[in-house]
Amino acid sequence: MLGVLLLVFSLVALAHAELCRPDAQNAFKVRLSIKTALGDNAYAWDASEEYLFKAMVAFAMRRYSNKETTQISNVLLCNMTERVSFWFVVTDSSKNVTTVPGSEVEAAIRMNRNRINSAFLLTDNTLQFLKISSTLSPPIEPTVPVWLIVFSVVLCLVGAGILFLVLSGIRQRRKNNNESAENGDLEDKCDTPVTTENGIPCDILDLKTGRINGVYTADDERFTPL
Amino acid sequence: MSNAQSLDIPEDLQEDDRPKWDNKFQYILSCIGFAVGLGNVWRFPYLCQIYGGGAFLIPYFIALVFEGIPLFHLELAIGQSMRKGSIGVWNNISPYLGGVGIGSLMVSFLVSLYYNTILAWVMWYFVNSFQEPLPWSICPLNGNRTGYIKECHKSTSVNYFWYRRALNISSDITDSGNLQWWLVLCLASSWAIVYICIIRGIESTGKAIYVTATFPYLVLTIFLIRGLTLPGATEGLVYLFTPNLNILKNPRVWLDAATQIFFSLSLAFGGLIAFSSYNSQKNDCEKDAVTIAVVNSMTSIYASIPIFSVLGFKAITGHWDCLDRNIISIINEFDLPDQSILRDNYTAWLEFLNTTHPKKIAGLKLRNCDLQEFLDQSASGTGLAFIVFTEAIILMPGSQGWAVLFFIMLFSLGLSSMFGNIEGILTPLSEVRIISKSVPKEVLSGIICLISFVTALCFTLRSGSYWLEVFDSYAGSLPLLIISFFEVTGVVYVYGIKRFSDDVKWMTGRQPNFYWQVSWRIISPLLMLIVFIAFVTLQTQKQPSYGAWNPKYEGFPMKEEKDYPAWILAICVLLVVIPCISIPTVAFYHLIKRVLGRRKRKDLNPVNTLSMAPQENDNAFYNGQEYVFTLTINQQK
Repeated sequence: MLGVLLLVFSLVALAHAELCRPDAQNAFKVRLSIKTALGDNAYAWDASEEYLFKAMVAFAMRRYSNKETTQISNVLLCNMTERVSFWFVVTDSSKNVTTVPGSEVEAAIRMNRNRINSAFLLTDNTLQFLKISSTLSPPIEPTVPVWLIVFSVVLCLVGAGILFLVLSGIRQRRKNNNESAENGDLEDKCDTPVTTENGIPCDILDLKTGRINGVYTADDERFTPL
Repeated sequence: MSNAQSLDIPEDLQEDDRPKWDNKFQYILSCIGFAVGLGNVWRFPYLCQIYGGGAFLIPYFIALVFEGIPLFHLELAIGQSMRKGSIGVWNNISPYLGGVGIGSLMVSFLVSLYYNTILAWVMWYFVNSFQEPLPWSICPLNGNRTGYIKECHKSTSVNYFWYRRALNISSDITDSGNLQWWLVLCLASSWAIVYICIIRGIESTGKAIYVTATFPYLVLTIFLIRGLTLPGATEGLVYLFTPNLNILKNPRVWLDAATQIFFSLSLAFGGLIAFSSYNSQKNDCEKDAVTIAVVNSMTSIYASIPIFSVLGFKAITGHWDCLDRNIISIINEFDLPDQSILRDNYTAWLEFLNTTHPKKIAGLKLRNCDLQEFLDQSASGTGLAFIVFTEAIILMPGSQGWAVLFFIMLFSLGLSSMFGNIEGILTPLSEVRIISKSVPKEVLSGIICLISFVTALCFTLRSGSYWLEVFDSYAGSLPLLIISFFEVTGVVYVYGIKRFSDDVKWMTGRQPNFYWQVSWRIISPLLMLIVFIAFVTLQTQKQPSYGAWNPKYEGFPMKEEKDYPAWILAICVLLVVIPCISIPTVAFYHLIKRVLGRRKRKDLNPVNTLSMAPQENDNAFYNGQEYVFTLTINQQK
């Protein structure tokens, strides 16, 4: 009895060794870079972590196939290295000693990549499934391109500036025209160019008799009339 | 009769309907802004780097002292004394040299066309800098989202953004493609900004220059402080400034130093003449010239420090990336624990593994990571600003802010230079009698901006960048050398160095000393001639070609060297000839007029004819008064 059990056990072990080995059919290599990802908060990779990994893969297979047939014991790990890299296969318990096709495993992992990554606090780069390419998430495109918004702001400012300057220039010119029109009226009355000395325009002064300085008007009687 | 002018009007209010600067500082700042442009930031550091760092400063300063400062002083002096734009000044000096002024006007126009297009590119990058993440930091995904677009993947995301998203460049200069609407918008807005600032001539640029000329210095200082704190800054600066004196034996270095000084000071554009013509005549133009030229050179050196700190940072980051990639390969191959090999012990590990497992190491095809190689990746011009520097900005934390600052700085640097270019067009045009006096300044500057905008639309085509290179190499180089040579020989030998020195003495209060006399008479004209001949020789030595960005090229992402087709070479020649042809044309025209005039007078002896051409002994009174043509009265029988 014991002998039979031992035989079965060793056969199973042998079969497992057959199924899970580097570059086996339907086997995938996994590589973790825990220290790179977490730095000082890095955890050590031990048997419990391996158990979690098996559980995640089994979870992924269950989610993908929607059957609850995959067990943790179906996931086989082998060739553990210090790098923390290893190979794994998923066996099919319904059929004897065969592995689930690689495409199914790949699709399952791809579908649940986020969950697997977050279970280990890692990312696509630090928890690598070689041969399984990750779908790249597209960059977030805002509804209105940002540059158009900034550009419109700049254009509005510039347009407002131009309008303001042009209008103020027109207003300035109109004011100048009005002033020169006033000065023009004064000039018509004067024979000579307008003097604005002390702000006295021509038409107040009577040029025929010369400029009368108001200071001396009091002394008018002193002068002998002609 | 009462006399109208009883006030003692000081001399500098004689031409009082000519606009003038609000204060001296505005004038100095405008000249500095005109001289300090994009070339100070992206051409000088590159030259310093490839020509043996600190050693390049020697030919640079020699060129500054013997070529830059004398020519600069000359232009400021003639503008200030004659109080006219370039056409008026050269007509004054001698009507035979009137073509020099026209040439300056045309060169200013051609250069402002493409210079503002560069500003349009800067604006495009500026409006794109507000995104998180920066659009040039990531490659867009391809159709089925499995990878990046091939063109982006093969080159880099920065290259892709520049060549595809900004320029949408075609693979050949003859393949024009359509107008790129986003570039048209940016070009329209940059011309609108230029219009706002020059709308009333120096009244408006004088206000704008306070911001546009000082802001770049502020940003450069910020970048300096930030750059010096980045890792790799010291490597970059050491690389930049380590002198390699052997390089001075190469004549190319001296030529490049001379041309750099010449183009950097914005000589022969007519803009300096225009600026100084708005000064009062009793202004010390000698001190101004020396100050501005020295400030320009100091700015170049000051700008190269943050540029090279940042480039050093980029080089060391590239070097670290290279090391990291090699380390990952080794760790994965040998299944060593994560983080067991660090950058410090990389070489030790590599040696150890090479002795124990040489075949495996060879099989990994590790790239040789040499910091010197990364530092050697130099670039100048648009390549520096839009590719290399933007790549460095992505690596800095807070990249949006740095990008925004950098592009605003580039924009204001270019804008203040544009003011000088446009003044070089506006001032002579407003004095030439073709345009009536009643046309307001706003309308004239608006027309110039509109015409320039429409003409510059050719640079927004898909092949626009190639055309810009053509304009830059041909319109913005040779004609300036020719015009400047005629400027200095015209003033010294046609106008007369004695007369000119007296003018300068009247303005500044002291006779120009021995240095000025020797430089003006002998050294500067000779230098200009040598530089011109050397420049032409170098240009004609090889078939003109350009580097095309062709994704289908086998050597992609290297640029494909293509030759210019014949019709484009014809345009290149035209671009050089058209500004310069005005010099002999005008001289010839006046010569013919004089010959005909003399013949007519001989026929109609002894009646004098109304002659506007200058006679042999015409006495032109300069020193600020109007040029007096000798008019003889027409007496008809």
